[in-house]
Amino acid sequence: MRDVAVIAFAQSLVGHDREHNEVELISPVVQAAVSQSGIARHDIGFTVSGSCDYLSGGPFTFVQGLDAVGAWPPIKESHVEMDAAWALYEAWVAIQVGDVDSALIYGFGKSSTTDVHEVFSLQNDPYYVAPLWPSTIDMAALQACAALHAGVTTERDIAEFSAACHRAARSNPHAIAAADVSADEVLAAPMTHPPLRDADIAPITDGAVAVVIAAAAVARSVCDRPAWIRGIEHRIEPQALGVRDLTASASTRAAAEAAGVGDAPVEVAEIHAQFGHEGPLLARALGLGADTVVNPSGGPLGANPLMSAGLIRIGEVAERIWDGGVGRGVAHATQGPCLQQNLVCVLEGEGS
Amino acid sequence: MAPKLSAVIGVGQTRHVTARHDVSMAGLVREAARQALDDAGMDWSDIDAVVVGKAPDTFEGVIMPELYLADALGAAGKPMLRVHTAGSVGGSTAIVAAKLVMAGIHERVLAVAFEKQSESNATWGLTVAMPFQAPLVAGAGGYFAPLIRAYMARSGAPRHIGHLVAVKDRRAALRNPNAHLHLADIDLKMVEESFLLWDPLRYLDVCPSSDGAMAMVIGSESVADAAPGPPAWIHGTAMRSEPTMFAGRDQVNPQAGRDCAADVYAQAGITNPRQDFDCAEVYVPFSWYEPMWLENLGFCPEGDGWKLTEAGATAPDGDIPWNPSGGVLSSNPIGASGMIRFGEAAQQVRERAGDYQVKLQTGRALGQAYGGGSQFFSMWVVANHKPD
Repeated sequence: MRDVAVIAFAQSLVGHDREHNEVELISPVVQAAVSQSGIARHDIGFTVSGSCDYLSGGPFTFVQGLDAVGAWPPIKESHVEMDAAWALYEAWVAIQVGDVDSALIYGFGKSSTTDVHEVFSLQNDPYYVAPLWPSTIDMAALQACAALHAGVTTERDIAEFSAACHRAARSNPHAIAAADVSADEVLAAPMTHPPLRDADIAPITDGAVAVVIAAAAVARSVCDRPAWIRGIEHRIEPQALGVRDLTASASTRAAAEAAGVGDAPVEVAEIHAQFGHEGPLLARALGLGADTVVNPSGGPLGANPLMSAGLIRIGEVAERIWDGGVGRGVAHATQGPCLQQNLVCVLEGEGS
Repeated sequence: MAPKLSAVIGVGQTRHVTARHDVSMAGLVREAARQALDDAGMDWSDIDAVVVGKAPDTFEGVIMPELYLADALGAAGKPMLRVHTAGSVGGSTAIVAAKLVMAGIHERVLAVAFEKQSESNATWGLTVAMPFQAPLVAGAGGYFAPLIRAYMARSGAPRHIGHLVAVKDRRAALRNPNAHLHLADIDLKMVEESFLLWDPLRYLDVCPSSDGAMAMVIGSESVADAAPGPPAWIHGTAMRSEPTMFAGRDQVNPQAGRDCAADVYAQAGITNPRQDFDCAEVYVPFSWYEPMWLENLGFCPEGDGWKLTEAGATAPDGDIPWNPSGGVLSSNPIGASGMIRFGEAAQQVRERAGDYQVKLQTGRALGQAYGGGSQFFSMWVVANHKPD
């Protein structure tokens, strides 16, 4: 495998953006990431994005994205209808093939234009489950119940995780749900979607994110301390809740093992936990110990732009490696009901 | 670093019809995938990763349906990717799958593309008003007809050229049992007398709306060497994109298509496509796109595409058959149509094309797909022999 590193990351997040369309959201973050990368736009070999048509309510949302990325002269370009973390995976594969040395990845979406929790019930089996219209919160609450009943986590563990995310979000200028809140205060609030409380549910977030990755020679020439991708793996589980163990994320565990998460200590983990119970559940599946700092950015409970929140996790870990504060970190991305599909990326600094 | 060799070693395809009421979406994709596995002499457990492609999710009303299809496609516990690059997606999906092998990450990858258009209405699905944008409300035909008129004005092509393609591809489809349209008595008069949809396109100049799926198993060199059937070796892959509209954009003969062809030809050592290929499977959803893509793909000088069509060069018995399977004009499950082109090209060089098999001389074939406003292109070159 070729050594590939994350060398640039930009994000722009808003709770309810009523001013900008998708192109206007994408354009500044792409410009910022490209500028930060030190590579001229037309020297970047490959471009790939992640988005979802159902956020805009129309087909081909990604097509307009091309207006924001400078696709003239024509570019080598692709798109996944997935969180943009998987777009980064496709870019990493393209670099492994060897015909390109660098790639621009972006994700975008406006969750605020609809009741996204209800609309995303259309992600379920269209014949047996979707007609019941279970919202994404309903599905998450089911999983939280299963985890509590199995003793995999406790109400207090969940509250501690959610409170820690909201507190950490205070130091993240991009976060939109930051609060100085304790686990006791979370526990004192009502369960709005039993057993979940409002503090356990990620905020509606609009936004766009861009990342640039590059093969070793390019990365070293433009970046003082590249964040090397040492492992990147993803796995999917069957969707039907009845055929999987909701109290363990088997696909996260398998991806983590394949990516080599446990091969060395993990200083920082950015995990795509959109609901409080997913924090303890994913930490177990990833094999994280008590000494790993989880979601120092505040994670999705601080800001959760659909289709790019997974890519943000990779960027957040990379940023901590660039500044020398962290030697080895893990980023996690998820999509699908109840953590159906998971991606794990191990990032390291030069000396690690 | 050179890409590792990869080859198509299994191909499976459903029959394409207006509505597959007899199967769910899962049943549809599984039918094609199972055939591809059988062709490759494999079972579900032999597959390392699954790549799924389809056009907009609004066509079936399911968000990211590959999540629900994961277990039907044997993907549980494996990596799965979902590609969406508009009409070119079937081709792009094949390329993304091939790259997993070319990069040396996987040995055996299952690529599946599908559309079950009977779940909704495709023209509606293509014309939903976007927030903050003036809606085109034109469907695909309304979008492309003005570009066709521009081509006619530019090239001086006579009005019957499109109808010739419509007849040629439907006659070819009579030899393809999977084709959606089997119009036994089609002739020029029937096309000319079909009603006008978008000038100059008449009803029979236009593709149908189909339910269908296409699947391929792509294997590494060692896997392909040991495969039970003949491999279609992948000699080149390319994708290009450009924005939908800007001042001065040539939408009739897009730069992205020309660049994409130049890239894939350079990889495969193609210098004269009309001579170097035994056939081409090209995305022609509206009849006039045959002469237009003949020029865009460099099979003739600009302005001469219609002359090849008129002379019968692209007929199954011509010197460079285009769409011997009957093409998109005879079957169009949109998200799968690009992969059908790529897969039919592979079947030709594997000599597995049955009654519509062309005679092999160079042993090479081109697969092409396009999408969006003629702005997304994917292409590959496959051959019955390994690259030099």
